[in-house]
Amino acid sequence: MRTMTRNDLMLLLGFAAVVLAMPIWLQPFGAAYPDLLQRFMIFGIFAVGFNILFGLTGYLSFGHAAFFGVGSYAAVWSFKLLSLDAIPAMIFAIVISGVFALIIGYLSLRRSGIYFSILTLAFAQMSYNLAYSVLTPITNGETGLQLTINDPRYLDRVFGDAMPGQPVPTLLGQSLGGFTGFYFCAAFLILTFFIAQRITGSPFGMMLKGIKSNQTRMNYTGVNTRPYTLAAFVISGMYAGLAGALMAVTDPLAGAERMQWTASGEVVLMTILGGAGTLVGPVLGAWIIKYFENIFSALNDSILARFWSFLPDGLDHTAVVVSGKFVGEGWFLTLGLVFVLIVVFLPGGVMEGVRRITTLVSPKSKPPASPESTSPQPQPAE
Amino acid sequence: MTLLKRGLSRRRVLQTGMAGIIGTGVMPAIFTKGAWAQEFCNNPTGDTVTFGLNLPLTGAYAEEGADEQKAYELAVQHLNGEGDGGLINVLTPTALKGNGILGKKVAFVTSDSQTKSDVARAGATRMIERDGAIMVTGGSSSGEAVAVQSLCQELGVIFMAGLTHSNDTTGKDKRRYGFRHFFNAYQSGIGLGPVLGQEYGTDRRAYHLTADYTWGWTQEESMKAATEALGWETVEAVRTPLGAGDFSQFLTPVLNSGADVLILNHYGNDMVNSLTQAVQFGMRDRQTNGKNFEIVVPLFSELMAKGAGANIKGIFGTSNWHWNLQDPGTVAFTKSFGAAYGAPPSQAAHTAYVQALLYADACERAGTFYPPEVIKALEGHEFDGMGNGPTLYRAEDHQCMKNILVVQGNDNPTSEYDVLNIVQEVDREVVTYDSAIFGGDLGPAEPAPLC
Amino acid sequence: MFDVIFLQFLNGLDKGAAYALIALGLTLVFGTLGVVNFAHGALFMLGAFCAVLFRQLLTMETITIDPTQLSPWGAPLEVRAPLVQAWFGDFGAVLVNYSVPASIIITIPIMLLVGIGLERGIIKHFYKRPHAEQILVTFGLAIVAQELIKSFFGPNPIPQPMPSDLRGAADIGAFLGMQANVITYPIWRLVYFLFSFIIIGGVFAFLQFTTFGMVVRAGMADRETVGLLGINIDKRFTIMFGLAAVVAGLAGVMYTPLLPPNYHIGMDFLVLSFVVVVVGGMGSLPGAVAAGFLLGILQSFASMTQVKALIPGIDQVIIYLVAVVILLVLPRGLFGRRGVMEA
Repeated sequence: MRTMTRNDLMLLLGFAAVVLAMPIWLQPFGAAYPDLLQRFMIFGIFAVGFNILFGLTGYLSFGHAAFFGVGSYAAVWSFKLLSLDAIPAMIFAIVISGVFALIIGYLSLRRSGIYFSILTLAFAQMSYNLAYSVLTPITNGETGLQLTINDPRYLDRVFGDAMPGQPVPTLLGQSLGGFTGFYFCAAFLILTFFIAQRITGSPFGMMLKGIKSNQTRMNYTGVNTRPYTLAAFVISGMYAGLAGALMAVTDPLAGAERMQWTASGEVVLMTILGGAGTLVGPVLGAWIIKYFENIFSALNDSILARFWSFLPDGLDHTAVVVSGKFVGEGWFLTLGLVFVLIVVFLPGGVMEGVRRITTLVSPKSKPPASPESTSPQPQPAE
Repeated sequence: MTLLKRGLSRRRVLQTGMAGIIGTGVMPAIFTKGAWAQEFCNNPTGDTVTFGLNLPLTGAYAEEGADEQKAYELAVQHLNGEGDGGLINVLTPTALKGNGILGKKVAFVTSDSQTKSDVARAGATRMIERDGAIMVTGGSSSGEAVAVQSLCQELGVIFMAGLTHSNDTTGKDKRRYGFRHFFNAYQSGIGLGPVLGQEYGTDRRAYHLTADYTWGWTQEESMKAATEALGWETVEAVRTPLGAGDFSQFLTPVLNSGADVLILNHYGNDMVNSLTQAVQFGMRDRQTNGKNFEIVVPLFSELMAKGAGANIKGIFGTSNWHWNLQDPGTVAFTKSFGAAYGAPPSQAAHTAYVQALLYADACERAGTFYPPEVIKALEGHEFDGMGNGPTLYRAEDHQCMKNILVVQGNDNPTSEYDVLNIVQEVDREVVTYDSAIFGGDLGPAEPAPLC
Repeated sequence: MFDVIFLQFLNGLDKGAAYALIALGLTLVFGTLGVVNFAHGALFMLGAFCAVLFRQLLTMETITIDPTQLSPWGAPLEVRAPLVQAWFGDFGAVLVNYSVPASIIITIPIMLLVGIGLERGIIKHFYKRPHAEQILVTFGLAIVAQELIKSFFGPNPIPQPMPSDLRGAADIGAFLGMQANVITYPIWRLVYFLFSFIIIGGVFAFLQFTTFGMVVRAGMADRETVGLLGINIDKRFTIMFGLAAVVAGLAGVMYTPLLPPNYHIGMDFLVLSFVVVVVGGMGSLPGAVAAGFLLGILQSFASMTQVKALIPGIDQVIIYLVAVVILLVLPRGLFGRRGVMEA
């Protein structure tokens, strides 16, 4: 193994510090409550994993939510059948979603471009529709799979520590609600970030990037690219499964909606918004979208009225009505607009914006145009 | 008591430490959150108490959600002593004084559940953790109700279910912290069966189209039991995906199946679509087996009836409540709601309003917000004046036992809200059933060590 | 049994016509401009809301509050008087009755403007950008469009009644000389079927038999050469995008009586229309039409109880299953050309 460069190490340490200090620095933004912080971590992991596939190889999967959902279901089943401890549940979830990703990836990766996207989309929609209907004995359909007092939990029974009351997931007997759950998820986000960092820097990562820039050329040089893309697909599916399992750990219910194609679309939005192909970007994108979804959507007219109250009468009312279209229930409109603007003007996402600003601020260290930021030209027909 | 029992866990140290760190930070004006250490979840320490309204404002049941929101806002006004007081004046017995609850003013926060269980649960968590909701209420799908109810059990927060009709909510998925005022599919079957027998005879062949999820299945099961007891034959029961939109591929096989009654176990937009499309297929003008072809919609709501327009004329179904009833409670509520919003309330609005009041009343009677005490006050509580006649909150399964209505689409509506006629008020004694038949376990009332 | 199968087949044709019509516009844009348009569902939705808007304009009422009378729920009674009837008398009433087909006259110019505006404003900057970015920008536009509609028309579906003369079912069996009352089918669905045929036929004829169409087809095959010949291909492509928007919009308008439109209806059709286009082969017009009918008929038959008893859940997945199988067996769909969209 090669050792990490100093820059990589600094990035990892900085990232870890930012993540762990979230309950403090997010306080002024009104986002420092456990449920949202846990979501920041979970969707961060999901996006980092998605980026391993999309950001490195360029394969745009529109069905990644299926692995997320499978991870959740697997984790809840582990809670029901084995033990309330989080560790077996997560191992189980990662394995199951990995196998699931292997099957879907093996089939879908026979095609590329939009055909690949549609194949993944079709597989995910099939999983979603089946989970909602005929697979109800496994998924509990629309209601969602949840824990009950009468679950068997064979492992727990063996050790004889049956918990009284409504069962909740634990870690070595420690309950995982609130901030404990957040730190548990944060540890995993940092770990998965570290792994993604190592993958990106490894020869394997270079191979994936090669596939993105020109797969045909890679094939001509005698490299069989399929095993590499499949490996990336499976890793990325396992990341999604891990995120889904964490979702079940912090809130032990698995619903079919998290497998719907719109959920797959959301992770695509996160990755692009933050900056596909970068390490930090997808996490940033996940945080921005989840922040919008949870905080922006809760702004209502009375809060707006207070915010605009400095304006003269009449005008403040107009301001409330107009801004009310963009926050509260209209938060998705704002997100859509931001997203369009980003794709049009900043194809590299927030990270490209950051890079441009840093170049502006320190013109002396002007780097040559980085190869990542120039968008690749569409490939001519093979 | 509870503090001692839990001891000083690592988690508590973390929490307290975190609260200290947070406390030194700058608290924003908008999103403040009290300290985490407290006797029970979201014990209101200030002069307000917050309800968390979990409402489907988008999605298949959005119309019900919007109406529920209006009702909650009205209930909060009335609890705080604003407006005409609404049902507070007619509820007997009542401990409500019109000065909030236990002297604290009532406030509320809302969250859009999008008619999805997952989202509903996330919204409820958010309102409990961030906004400090003492009680969560609302929802208009059984999936949501069951999901949120079990979350509330974990967090030790009382859940007053809104519109949920599945037998499971107070059956196999019942929870100590969940309470339902609305009736259920089983009661629909008991109420509707005899009326169908009387109107359509005992020699009928029924074809079911059923929404493919928990509620649809329990209703299909209950309706099958009720109609087969009449001597009807069930030709076929077909499951349709939720939100299918176009139901034509399920309707064409009905035409020549030999069935002469179509039972639509759909709700919300699905029901509006499937019913409208069935009428487009000419089913209401058909003759089969020498009889008029009939359509039955076991669970009716005014909002759906409005959406389906003229297609519902003459169709039978059941309702929890209707604004056309003439008892003082109904009259008072309809007047109050109509004056505020210019339209009569739906059954979803009614059940939402009543649930909010019943929770407040229980807190007053218990003299505390401490959930186990409030639960005790609600369990086995007998009251009257809310529009459904004398009502019992049954202790065994937290299901309200009260009169239900058999309704029929109005042939000659006088206004766009006058869409349903009340055919029969089915007495509480008739629709009471043994709570043991659906199994389930309420679980403990002790507040969870979470939140 | 024959009647059951015949009805199911008819239903499949009816569904297929809708799918083919929706997919047609999508594949037009792809075939001519090479743009993967995720906003296509939104265009369908916008068309549907043209019908809603038209009807709302027609059914505007004056509301006077009569304080002397009370409504049954105790509020002052509102007296409503429709404006159109007051102005145009019987013609107004007929117009309201036929509001859905009549709204085509406003849908065509609106959708043409929307389409051309979209292409000139945003899409044209994306011709040279990767397909992934095209997908993303159009996806973002779709979100914006649907949220705008939501904030103006609300989240709930708005029912659009069909003309009273076209309600109910037609007895096709009797028409074909069979026993009466066995094979009946809703009239409006037959109208939609016919309408799809006319539009699809019209688009084909337009591309096949006009000079404009010929140039566009030449441009599809080799854009650069056509440009070198001194033909302003860009302008024609813009018009093609507008045409695709109109086709999507018209599909939406005529669909409203079958399914009350809400802001989300486009997203519900988007996935489906993409599956249809990909199964047909990206960029192939006949492929899209054939795939539309194929999927419609398969879906209809998969919903039969007998089939579901054989393979549980098949009705839920049939469309995706067919898509997967076709894509794995025929890499470019039914009629796709080599090398399209595989980067």
